[in-house]
Amino acid sequence: MLRYLTNPKFLRSALPAASLVVLLAAIFYIQPRAMSQFGMNLMLQYAVPIALATVAQMCIITVNDLDLSIGPFVGLTACIGATLLTTNPLLGVLALAACIAAYAALGALIYWRNLPSIVVTLGMSFVWLGIAVLVLPTPGGTAPGWVKAIMGLKVPGVPFPIIAAAVIALVVHFALMRSSYGVVLRGAGGNPKAIGRAGWSLLKTKMIMFAAAGFFGVLAGLSLIGLTSAADAHIADRYTLYSIAAVILGGGEFVGGRVSPTGAVLGALTLTLTGSFLIFLKISPDWQVGAQGGILILVLALRALINRREASA
Amino acid sequence: MNTMMASLKNLPQKPWIWSYLGVILVWLATVSFTGGLGGGAVITAALSFATFTVIVGIGQMFVITTGPGNVDLSIPANIALSGAVATKIMDGSNEMLLVGFLVAMGCGLGVGIFNYSLIRILRIPPIIATLSSSFLVLSTAIAYGRGLKIKPPAMLADFTTLQVFGIPVLAVVIVGLAIVMSVVLNRTCYGRSVLAIGQNMRAAWLAGINVERVRFATYVLSAVLAALCGILLSGFSGGASLNMGEEYLLASIAVVVIGGTSVAGGKANVPGIWGAALFMFMLVTMLNTFGASAGIRLIMTGLIIVAVITIAGGDKPQR
Repeated sequence: MLRYLTNPKFLRSALPAASLVVLLAAIFYIQPRAMSQFGMNLMLQYAVPIALATVAQMCIITVNDLDLSIGPFVGLTACIGATLLTTNPLLGVLALAACIAAYAALGALIYWRNLPSIVVTLGMSFVWLGIAVLVLPTPGGTAPGWVKAIMGLKVPGVPFPIIAAAVIALVVHFALMRSSYGVVLRGAGGNPKAIGRAGWSLLKTKMIMFAAAGFFGVLAGLSLIGLTSAADAHIADRYTLYSIAAVILGGGEFVGGRVSPTGAVLGALTLTLTGSFLIFLKISPDWQVGAQGGILILVLALRALINRREASA
Repeated sequence: MNTMMASLKNLPQKPWIWSYLGVILVWLATVSFTGGLGGGAVITAALSFATFTVIVGIGQMFVITTGPGNVDLSIPANIALSGAVATKIMDGSNEMLLVGFLVAMGCGLGVGIFNYSLIRILRIPPIIATLSSSFLVLSTAIAYGRGLKIKPPAMLADFTTLQVFGIPVLAVVIVGLAIVMSVVLNRTCYGRSVLAIGQNMRAAWLAGINVERVRFATYVLSAVLAALCGILLSGFSGGASLNMGEEYLLASIAVVVIGGTSVAGGKANVPGIWGAALFMFMLVTMLNTFGASAGIRLIMTGLIIVAVITIAGGDKPQR
């Protein structure tokens, strides 16, 4: 039993959940009143859009790319959601579908020219921001009623963000980790040559993963305006960094298609909670990003330690 | 990734020529639109603003040249920190100028060492390492520079804005820096090692190059240049602000790419950085002159970067 518990493989996969539990325990210790449905709702409500953005980023990381534009993209979809989707639902849905198609096209472009995704997505981040500014020049707009209704859902006994996070994690887990095509998709990141030789289209895997990222980006934008009820082009600028950090916190490897959807969602929850943790510790919000960086480095250090032990064993 | 195949491109001998061509075209378009008015002023402004992009661009170029996956994302945070530290220590007085300068450069040095230690000790990809360290650096800058409203010392402000016959003196100094760095890249053991590592890290290692020492020096160089940019920028813009580094993340990478340096590593050139930095500024000026809105300007900037990288191409696909 003990041998199993100290097994590096187990330790590595338990790390995301352990970090979340430790953080949650610390919060409850400092502020016992947070241990209520209301408290959890309040602390975790923004975890839903962050978790969705994280899943989007994870899709891109699965195929060995990195998306530095997911933040502005979520901002753009939020702006479309708060304007077109409310005033002209059909046009709004078409615009959001076009956003997803644009992502798929980016995947195709990156594959076709074998481009470095950081540069392409960094450029695209300006494009998304520019379109968002055109769609919604000043902060405002209103979220469609149904979006607000979904995000305001109350389930007796369990905080809504927890349910939402569990649903997201389960859906992505089954699609990516349990389905046979999911293996191909991850394989496209792990060993593209082998996947290509086995007759699968690498172009298709790239496009599917980018389209999936676009889809989750759209969901992130909509869930965000469901909470804020208004939008702004810059509303989600920080999501780029959040999403990358959460994927890494969740045990995702940077290359090789080694990702974990459940881990990524747990990572997003952990990242969201650091904010509340600092407030309860009465630490100035100035240090919020710093603390997130610190936790990231700490988790990476732990993982390096586990990996080293594995190598020496 | 196999970077040896990457350098085989159909571009002409000197890839940086294109960025200068772009500068001339955009300038002509701008001047013809205004009917010849303000042609000189545009060049002056372009030189002043491009200077700062060039400083960080050179550092980023060295980092990117060491191979795929190497990129310094901590530049904006670094600029914010060094700017805040410099203005706070200098506190507007000329006497403290040198002290503030040295301490701020020291901060840059520290950030560079920290970045590299994360990469080396935690064995994490440079993107993640510099990203996480930028979180810490930015927080430090925010906490340290809270409510910072200090004017830079007169000497620093004068030096960074000094112009002789419409040519910014600082730009001339940074052209000098670029020439020096060009020599460093092409003629020194360190520069050749950077190129060799970027072409094939294993081959470079087998050839006896101390790969880790070169990478260390490269990350420190980038961080120190970012600190220099932060100090000069705080003088130029009449004080440090915490978000003054933000635009330099994209800008530093964009000028490297547009300037004809290979993102796959192992192939770099300094003149292109100047050309690309001038081009980027001129482009925004041109769009402004044409009366384009902020949204259109952003879209155009992004599309041009994507277009340039698409034309230049990345790594050749592996077979």
